[in-house]
Amino acid sequence: MSTNTATPVKIEEKLFQNRYRVDEGHPHISVRDSSVCRDACQDKACTFCCPAGCYAPDASGGVTLSVDGCLECGTCRIICAEHQNVEWWYPRGGYGILFKFG
Amino acid sequence: MSEHFDAIVVGAGPAGNAAAYTLAKGGLNVLQIERGETPGSKNVQGAILYSDALERIIPDFREDAPLERPVLEQRLWVLDEASYIGSTFRSEEFKSGPPNRYTIIRAEFDRWFSEKVREAGALVICETTVTGLLRDDAGKVIGVQTDRMGGDVYADVVVLADGVNSLVAKRAGFHGELQPKDVALAVKEVLFLAPDVIEQRFNIGEDEGVVIEMMGKITQGMIGTGFLYTNRESLTIGVGCMLSSFREGGIPPYQLLEDMKNHPAIRPLLRGAEGKEYAAHLIPEGGYKAVPQLYGEGWVMVGDAGGLVNAVHREGSNLAMTSGRLAAETIIDLKEHRRVMSARNLGEYKRRLDASFVMSDLKKYKHVPDVLHASPHLFTTYPELMSRAAKHMLHVDGADKKSKQRQISQEFREERGMLGMLTDAYKMWRALR
Ligand SMILES: Cc1cc2nc3c(=O)[nH]c(=O)nc-3n(C[C@H](O)[C@H](O)[C@H](O)COP(=O)(O)OP(=O)(O)OC[C@H]3O[C@@H](n4cnc5c(N)ncnc54)[C@H](O)[C@@H]3O)c2cc1C
Ligand code: SF4
Repeated sequence: MSTNTATPVKIEEKLFQNRYRVDEGHPHISVRDSSVCRDACQDKACTFCCPAGCYAPDASGGVTLSVDGCLECGTCRIICAEHQNVEWWYPRGGYGILFKFG
Repeated sequence: MSEHFDAIVVGAGPAGNAAAYTLAKGGLNVLQIERGETPGSKNVQGAILYSDALERIIPDFREDAPLERPVLEQRLWVLDEASYIGSTFRSEEFKSGPPNRYTIIRAEFDRWFSEKVREAGALVICETTVTGLLRDDAGKVIGVQTDRMGGDVYADVVVLADGVNSLVAKRAGFHGELQPKDVALAVKEVLFLAPDVIEQRFNIGEDEGVVIEMMGKITQGMIGTGFLYTNRESLTIGVGCMLSSFREGGIPPYQLLEDMKNHPAIRPLLRGAEGKEYAAHLIPEGGYKAVPQLYGEGWVMVGDAGGLVNAVHREGSNLAMTSGRLAAETIIDLKEHRRVMSARNLGEYKRRLDASFVMSDLKKYKHVPDVLHASPHLFTTYPELMSRAAKHMLHVDGADKKSKQRQISQEFREERGMLGMLTDAYKMWRALR
């Protein structure tokens, strides 16, 4: 069905346009138990549903999370409904994505 | 900040701003708390502003609101891989009265609206996240906790206008988590282009705008739609699909958007435009059946937090503003009559909402989400068949039109079966009537 996926896109290039104020050392999202990702989760939907590509499959069969480009949409929290393995909260007031246009 | 307010509003989107503005105008002592650096810095929209809802709050908003272009023309495109079939509605009559719809830039619009809230007398604090609700022994909400030092604040009533990820209400147990089938994920980009190029390309004048809604192959089999809007000196392009679809489809949202931008019907419209921002946001599209309890002891919920979005017509901010206003008017009335902010008394807000277009529209389409989930082929088979049919009829090749028509209906029947087509039509008609 993915007929015209002829132009693979680098998500970094898109995120590069955005303005962020990163709260160094205070990630606002975390994975509760990495063994659940590795052992219990089949499709690892976070790795292809996150619009900022924050989740990547890792070599051990789990996922790694890097929240720097996060758009604070909430997708990863909801897509992980079955395992509820995503600890999701907003960045501290004033930090995170700062939309210029929105 | 251990002060006491008449009302605290959580969030400075259209719902929160409408509520805070109305409350402050009504003479109440209002505190509004927003987690963004400025109001709007966390918010994402298409964006079309429907003027009626705002006009009922700020009648003369046109004097200084940051509006992009009044919408003169609405196009609906159904696309397959290489072609599209479309309808256009354009009316010069739109120009005779005050415009009913505008394209806007949400970050700018929200900042403007928030300025009006301040002018009306509310205290607005940004860069502050509400982390929880304060309750008395009986469980009544009496204020909020924030991530500021000593950040507890008290009020008679709390208006929850914290948008689709309404974690405050969820933590308080007012509703459960959103389900992937009840929420759409939209991604969009803002691309800059010179105004005269936009005007030429879209066949519009200096103060005219076009919106294009798109469906078909561009969602690659997922339940969703795309959109392209003209702003003054930029274009907004985006696509939104149900989260359950993204999960099944396996195509990353940014890839879907990029493929859409490369569609032969769309690419020429974007040529030379420079990307300045990429955004993503959820839209609560569960409709009527997914609306949670909207009021309780000392609290009310408005806008996206309460799932008040009409997905069929792509309306949300107007439902947000209307629910915010109705909640505020209810609170003002209670205050004037010295009545307590109990669940029983605040239930009046829900009654007003039920009597307005907000709940009546949501009710009208309450079966649509179920039909769409049960009939994903509406997004694949029909668009393809439609454009194949059009191509066939328009291709002049010596075959007579009657046999072409016969072949087209043959193809429709083969793909979906006569019964299937009738069922689809019936289900859609029932859901939309
Ligand atoms: C891509 C897209 C296109 C859309 N297109 C249209 C359109 O064309 N027309 C239309 O009418 N609608 C459209 N909508 C829907 C519309 O954007 C929403 O319905 C509307 O923004 C809802 O307003 P709201 O005030 O309820 O929520 P929001 O606008 O989300 O505002 C919530 C606010 O609360 C703040 N907040 C959240 N949690 C906290 C907390 N704990 N503490 C402090 N602050 C907090 C947020 O930062 C935010 O400012 C679209 C939505 C999307 C995503
Ligand atoms: S909130 Fe959205 S952008 Fe951020 S990590 Fe989760 S899915 Fe990705």
